Amino acid sequence: MKKIIELKNVSKSFDGEPVLKSINLDIYDNEFLTLLGPSGCGKTTTLRIIGGFEHPDEGDVVFMGERINDVPAHKRNVNTVFQKYALFPHLNVFENVAFPLRERKVPKKEIEEKVHEMLSLVMLSGFAHRRVTSLSGGQQQRVAIARALIGHPKVLLLDEPLGALDLKLRKDMQQELKKIQKATGITFIFVTHDQEEALTMSDTIVVMSEGKIQQIGTPVDIYNEPQNAFVADFIGESNILDGVMLEDLLVRFSGHTFRCVDKGFAPKEAVDVVVRPEDVDIVPEDQGMLKGVVTSVTFMGVHYEIIVDIGGFKWMIQTTDFADVGDHIGLSIDPDAIHIMKKSEYSGLYGDYSSFSNELDELSQPDEESEDEG
Amino acid sequence: MTRSKKAGWVPAGPYTLWAALFILVPLVFVAYYAFTDNSFAFTFDNITRFFTATSVVEGRTVHTYMLIFWRSLKLAVISTVLCLLLGYPLAYAMARAEEKTQKFMMILIMIPMWMNFLIRTYAWMTILQDTGILNSFLSALGLRKVHIIGTEGAVVIGMVYDYLPYMVLPIYSIMAKMDDKLLEAARDLGCNGFGVLRRVIFPLSMPGVLSGITMVLIPSVSTFYISQKLGSGKFFLIGDAIEGQYVANNLHFAAAMAFILMVILMVVMALVKKVTANSVYGGDAL
Repeated sequence: MKKIIELKNVSKSFDGEPVLKSINLDIYDNEFLTLLGPSGCGKTTTLRIIGGFEHPDEGDVVFMGERINDVPAHKRNVNTVFQKYALFPHLNVFENVAFPLRERKVPKKEIEEKVHEMLSLVMLSGFAHRRVTSLSGGQQQRVAIARALIGHPKVLLLDEPLGALDLKLRKDMQQELKKIQKATGITFIFVTHDQEEALTMSDTIVVMSEGKIQQIGTPVDIYNEPQNAFVADFIGESNILDGVMLEDLLVRFSGHTFRCVDKGFAPKEAVDVVVRPEDVDIVPEDQGMLKGVVTSVTFMGVHYEIIVDIGGFKWMIQTTDFADVGDHIGLSIDPDAIHIMKKSEYSGLYGDYSSFSNELDELSQPDEESEDEG
Repeated sequence: MTRSKKAGWVPAGPYTLWAALFILVPLVFVAYYAFTDNSFAFTFDNITRFFTATSVVEGRTVHTYMLIFWRSLKLAVISTVLCLLLGYPLAYAMARAEEKTQKFMMILIMIPMWMNFLIRTYAWMTILQDTGILNSFLSALGLRKVHIIGTEGAVVIGMVYDYLPYMVLPIYSIMAKMDDKLLEAARDLGCNGFGVLRRVIFPLSMPGVLSGITMVLIPSVSTFYISQKLGSGKFFLIGDAIEGQYVANNLHFAAAMAFILMVILMVVMALVKKVTANSVYGGDAL
């Protein structure tokens, strides 16, 4: 695979407030890469630096082997789909899409052909002469994509482009964006705070927090092998426990010794242990590795979400088996359901569901990280 | 629907009354005077007089009021164009400046408007006179003196000075509201600085430009006094003519001139609007 963009030790502050702290990132040709993180994590700033709208205080931006720090936005072979589309209200759909071609003085006939080709790619044939202000959010979104793609950029930057759409439309657009990316072979750099969106669409996910990259990997890597408590908590649900690595393949937490599949830690090293809620089996109390009392049960449709109090630590379990509040149950955990992480600055901040409430979690999601502090 | 419509009349009542009393009724009176003679009998004489009256200027017979009208229109158009050329970049710079600077510039533009119009005009007289401030300054620098007072140039300077704020403010208010993302999008799509200005900022600021033109052209066509003071009375404008007839108690002819001026301005503004709408928005906006 060919590197198309490299960020080397890129730092940026606004009014003395550091937003990016020495970011290093390689982006490869043809990949769908997602910058994922809560608001204020620096993902949008990273995107704007690649687009040429912000300039790094330190470090280099390299595009196909060339340093482009000082290349202005209009000379970069990169286009952007803006968060609220930024369509030109004085131009109709056709002229919005044709905008970059007119700047390049492309012959009329060619413009006509290309615009119609693009409009059919985004399924807006027949909308050419509509005013952009008369279109729905989803349609405006498609115009914005067509306008950004018509100049055949090497890289397309998408700044939370689906944020303003309703759920159903967002799901459809996710599929469609993925299809367009495959069809055009253009590298997509996608910014979102929605972990589900990131998992479904991306080839590579870059998890960011507080101006730093926490982890780079495929969606499966990121989900199954989170690097630290922040990633484990931000991507999906996680029970995160303090543990001690007794020896390779043997870890002790919650007063019980478990077999696991991780090794390479120092003897008796303190670690963070991640157990995903869907990987826990409910068994009769006397057969459980761990024992606890059910404190809340929420019906989620596909499964129940059960909070279990085990020695004061509240676990979240997702199961299709029903248990009632007050039941004493046992938990069984397979070795490959246990993931061990090194201690980090995020240890202890996440992963206990004592203060958990679905409602709160949703409320806080659009712009704040969901902090389930114990 | 009907209920809310009716309810809407209650707060709108005083304004409707105001509009009727102070806008509609006077207009009807102007029209009534324009089409009547001294004994209030219906007549077209006042109107035809405007178009046909002649006098002899420098040995040539001219249509008096047409000459005055064209001169007024010419000076007004020149002033409007100058206001636009000066005001547009100023409004642009203001809208792009930091908030503090914006407020400061706004105050600088407003302060002269707090001063009486007559005082401002007299101030320009003392500046532009042959022995005035400008010429003292020039001769102190060892440059040649210039003769401005009593020329059309002096009248234009006075008008531009007086009406510039009316051009700057509407353009500024449109530009200040413009979404920065649109400018970024234009750059992203390949426009350099000038391209962004030409293809996005200018067309989007068109409504502001239009109201600026309206607010400068209309008062400057019918302006008076500036021409008397800065033009040394040599450039009689249509506003001066109306004033003159009014002072001479010739109300019917004064009303006729005002009426004709109004009709012509309405036509001109409709044309300006149509032309800009066609060239900028492809004809389907505004």
